[in-house]
Amino acid sequence: MDSTVTTGTEENVWGGGNQPLGASYGKMMMWFFIVSDALTFSGFLAAYGFSRFKFIETWPIADEVFTHVPFFHGNFPMYYVAFMTFVLIMSSVTMVLAVDAGHKLQKTKVIWYMFLTIIGGAIFVGSQAWEWATFIKGDYGAIETKGGRILQFVDANSGERMALRDFAATIPSERVDHEKKNGVWYYEGEALPSYSLNEVLAGVKSNSNVLIRTEKVVEGHKTVLSREETLAKLKDARLVVEGANLVRNEYGSRLFADFFFFITGFHGFHVFSGVVINCIIFFNVILGTYERRGHYEMVEKVGLYWHFVDLVWVFVFTFFYLV
Amino acid sequence: MAHDHKLEIFRGLLKFKSNTQKIWGVLIFLTLVTIVEVVLGILKPVSLTHSYFLGMKILNWIFIILTLVKAYYIAWDFMHLRDEKSSLRRSIVWTPIFLVAYLIFILLFEADYIYQVYRDGFIKWNF
Repeated sequence: MDSTVTTGTEENVWGGGNQPLGASYGKMMMWFFIVSDALTFSGFLAAYGFSRFKFIETWPIADEVFTHVPFFHGNFPMYYVAFMTFVLIMSSVTMVLAVDAGHKLQKTKVIWYMFLTIIGGAIFVGSQAWEWATFIKGDYGAIETKGGRILQFVDANSGERMALRDFAATIPSERVDHEKKNGVWYYEGEALPSYSLNEVLAGVKSNSNVLIRTEKVVEGHKTVLSREETLAKLKDARLVVEGANLVRNEYGSRLFADFFFFITGFHGFHVFSGVVINCIIFFNVILGTYERRGHYEMVEKVGLYWHFVDLVWVFVFTFFYLV
Repeated sequence: MAHDHKLEIFRGLLKFKSNTQKIWGVLIFLTLVTIVEVVLGILKPVSLTHSYFLGMKILNWIFIILTLVKAYYIAWDFMHLRDEKSSLRRSIVWTPIFLVAYLIFILLFEADYIYQVYRDGFIKWNF
């Protein structure tokens, strides 16, 4: 029968080795991974948006949380994160240059650009570790109320934030860290804050310039209570909070620290694995693996992943630090 | 492998002589956008923080739009989507955009509802 005759073209279509999208198998799979990973990150960021809209009036203001730059004292909102962003974009650029050099089969250039990319990634991961350490250590300290709200302190004269150490009284008492080695085996208490609740309360009462700042945001600023309201509010205080962990943090809403750790942590893990993969490819380039193979497509594939990490950071930067 | 690169950006307004040149050009552009974002974030001009569009501050709209602009150039020039076949590009770009837009829509509406429940005092939270 004429209709069953197989033509040459059909053999090409179904015979394998076809690339209808013009991308090789490996590159397609990298794109599959990137799209699914992008959806994972979007899920996290959307969940962050959910919690933020839910507590829109009490969410911490990022500018007041991330104000530190290594080796400098003072209030520098966002400068360091901007620097980190620039480092990551820069390392993305050296990565494209490596891919570009790979297309032209220039081995030494690929090696140097890959090297610079790895350095950039390492600087970024290091910066993020520093950022975490600063965030966990905290700055001013705060007290938490019965209902889990965070109360911070402000100087009535200057309007500046006050740290607990600026006003807390010293009341001699026996406070001992409950460690694993004492008491019931393998039970331990939470680490004690630098000041007890009574010391902080006494400090607020004796210093007439200390005012409480609540979580509530009005017109872009946190509400500061009057002196009378401050003294009245003190009776709700239950805990001294310094720094941040997964349960409570001195910056405000508990979910803020949780999302910070989770999203920047997940992104930082991506950067870290990106650096590791870059290292592997870097050594393969040096050994001449791709020179012998005749093309540098592996560099291109790992480059796609690296740019994706940069792309995610652009969004994290906006939603965590800017908006 | 895409050996031939499309060398113009901004819809052909700017054409580069080589791929390397285009990469540096895109870097300069991305850096400028980031600088604008950071400056706006530090200054927070009152005219932008006190005017609203669709319930969100104009400033935040600017940040989000600039972010999408940056994302576009990273994907198009660094991940060289510009040089890929349009079928590949579309399936990569529109699938997540559709799903994420839906997710954001549904979650933010729900969150706003919960916020109103808290605000209108059906649940005591500030104590």
